[in-house]
Amino acid sequence: MADAGLLRFHVPEPEVRPGGTPDFSNVTIPKAGSVPRPEIDVDPRTIRDMAFSIIRVLNRAGEAVGPWAGLLSDEELLEGLRHMMTLRTFDARMQMAQRQGKTSFYMQHLGEEAVSCAFRKALQPGDMNFPTYRQAGLLIADGYPMVSMMNQIYSNEADPLKGRQLPIMYSSKEHGFFSISGNLATQYIQAVGWAMASAISNDSRIAAAWIGDGSTAESDFHSALVFASTYKAPVVLNVVNNQWAISTFQGIARGGSGTFAARGLGFGIPSLRVDGNDYLAVHAVAKWAVERARANLGPTLVEYVTYRVGAHSTSDDPSAYRPKAESDAWPLGDPVIRLKNHLIHKKVWSEDRHTQVEAEILETVIAAQKEAESHGTLHAGGKPSTRDMFEGVYAEMPPHLRRQRQQAGV
Amino acid sequence: MPRKTMIEAIRDALDVSMGRDSQVIVYGEDVGFFGGVFRATQGLQAKYGKSRCFDAPISESGIVGSAIGMAAYGLRPCVEVQFADYVYPAYDQIVSEAARLRYRSNGDFTCPIVVRMPTGGGIFGGQTHSQSPEALFTHVSGLKVIVPSNPHDAKGLLIAAIEDPDPVIFLEPKRLYNGPFDGHHDKPVTPWSKHELGEVADGHYTIPLGKAAIRRPGSAVTVLAYGTMVYVAQAAAEETGIDAEVIDLRTLLPLDLDTIVASVKKTGRCVVVHEATLTSGFGAELVSLVQENCFYQLEAPVARVAGWDTPYPHAQEWDYFPGPSRVGRALLETLEA
Repeated sequence: MADAGLLRFHVPEPEVRPGGTPDFSNVTIPKAGSVPRPEIDVDPRTIRDMAFSIIRVLNRAGEAVGPWAGLLSDEELLEGLRHMMTLRTFDARMQMAQRQGKTSFYMQHLGEEAVSCAFRKALQPGDMNFPTYRQAGLLIADGYPMVSMMNQIYSNEADPLKGRQLPIMYSSKEHGFFSISGNLATQYIQAVGWAMASAISNDSRIAAAWIGDGSTAESDFHSALVFASTYKAPVVLNVVNNQWAISTFQGIARGGSGTFAARGLGFGIPSLRVDGNDYLAVHAVAKWAVERARANLGPTLVEYVTYRVGAHSTSDDPSAYRPKAESDAWPLGDPVIRLKNHLIHKKVWSEDRHTQVEAEILETVIAAQKEAESHGTLHAGGKPSTRDMFEGVYAEMPPHLRRQRQQAGV
Repeated sequence: MPRKTMIEAIRDALDVSMGRDSQVIVYGEDVGFFGGVFRATQGLQAKYGKSRCFDAPISESGIVGSAIGMAAYGLRPCVEVQFADYVYPAYDQIVSEAARLRYRSNGDFTCPIVVRMPTGGGIFGGQTHSQSPEALFTHVSGLKVIVPSNPHDAKGLLIAAIEDPDPVIFLEPKRLYNGPFDGHHDKPVTPWSKHELGEVADGHYTIPLGKAAIRRPGSAVTVLAYGTMVYVAQAAAEETGIDAEVIDLRTLLPLDLDTIVASVKKTGRCVVVHEATLTSGFGAELVSLVQENCFYQLEAPVARVAGWDTPYPHAQEWDYFPGPSRVGRALLETLEA
């Protein structure tokens, strides 16, 4: 072999930086309906190519096509559209509330609404999600009160978490939504443990783990895959690939593996990739994975291919690291518009109706916001008591905390 | 009453807990079929089945992280980390998750888990089989931290830990697994069958968390110790002839401050002893609390005898381990001060 010379260090870079022209020509988008739908008890070894394709249902004309289509009624799809529109409106209002100083922090879902909203409808009551901070659609689609979400965001006197948590770190056992932690990926292995517990208890409930593309680099992602694979835990392992982890493009976490779904293959876990901006496809794939888990067939890894249209958070400015118009160039479009067009194509929806419902939703969200603000915002009005700060560290307050509470004068 | 080794007492505690409550699940590396590298889980898989006691992949964050998920579901996992020296990959799960779950979710989710791990030196374990990382856990709000020193306590405290509604770090001094050890490594070890604290009642009993035990009543100086150092302190008292009151803390968090303060107010002097390294060790917290609560009764500076601020060495085992002569010297200096 020829002398290759001195070693050179490799650092992956996104195709384009600010000032450049957005370019997704390297993203191969299979035609809607082109990926087959295997039986849920398929031998994982025979569907390895699904980790490198993208399951899609909605085509450019707004038609639902192929073997993954036809699972949802018009009513269910209309409900799904309403959920996504509600989440988007909720995001816009809370983003604004943060800018107005009513809270310290917010994170939007812009462009990713289909992922959590559609997934939630594939679950049954009692199933448990272990979400990240960008799956609030799970709550919206399950009917969790928006006022409670806002109370948490405002850390006000009605905050279900008593002001202890950073905004958007919701928790609702009742709605199958595990307490969000700021520490990335920790919940991924916890979801597997929850699923193991369900199997140990001969239950029929399943768990859903959630992680972003960037956090798959955390070690807990790997331990989750090992445990899920070893014990055939009834869990759906979701990876939301929105192309960006704050400022780092997905290639920094993915390395040379091609796709995030491919990570599952080495663990013998059936791994699917799905169009994350296609409500129907997300729901169909989620249902397939959920059914597999419930039928005791073990875990499934699902990569949702989507794009983080908004800033990472209210503390982030994406124009510093990616082209401003990059989201417009994203080849999988906008999940709300795509479902809207599909429903218009089916003649169960119209532009007028859409505009009308948009206004109705805005009214509902504003009403919820008014109610939440009547309980206070971060710096004004009612807030949780200082006593609450000392409660709940343990089931029973130990002597040293009692002394400190007294020192704090409460 | 039957006498048992600490290993047998721990196994008994697990057996009793698993027998009483089907929610108790035991797992970790080599814990299932083989029964653990220290035999602490021997026979449990055969008795309770693979769903209740099983082998885990070599992944500490996986073991603790999955246990947190199980606890959120409603089970009571008691997991094992093979050596306390290997708990660090699980540190994020313990500190960021287990300890905070009740607080951050306002009780919506809780984390009744126990993480058992063999700790401490005196066995030629070198750097990664001898550490005493308790201070890394006593600094974490939301955890409870236990270090038993004998079979009777080990069983009662472990059952109490498993039944506790909050996460418990259960550090087992492996030097004490088969018999008490006072630091005299040149003398033959006495087995637990010869020691009264080797008496372990059958069936269910608990020892409340957060309660210390006075092992040697005395009037001249208070010694605060836990784990192996309880026996070292007792030996140092006997050998120097100093009438030391030796307190076995048993639970480090929450701490039994009342017992400590009552003793130091009586003796007016205090020596803190632990195997762990000195700087920012748990001893610093003890000294600080004694100073705050007993300042006007203290007749000498509070002394600390601890491991040196070095990684745990191999060949220099007995130069590192705080033995009875070092503790005895501190007792004398404290009395003369």
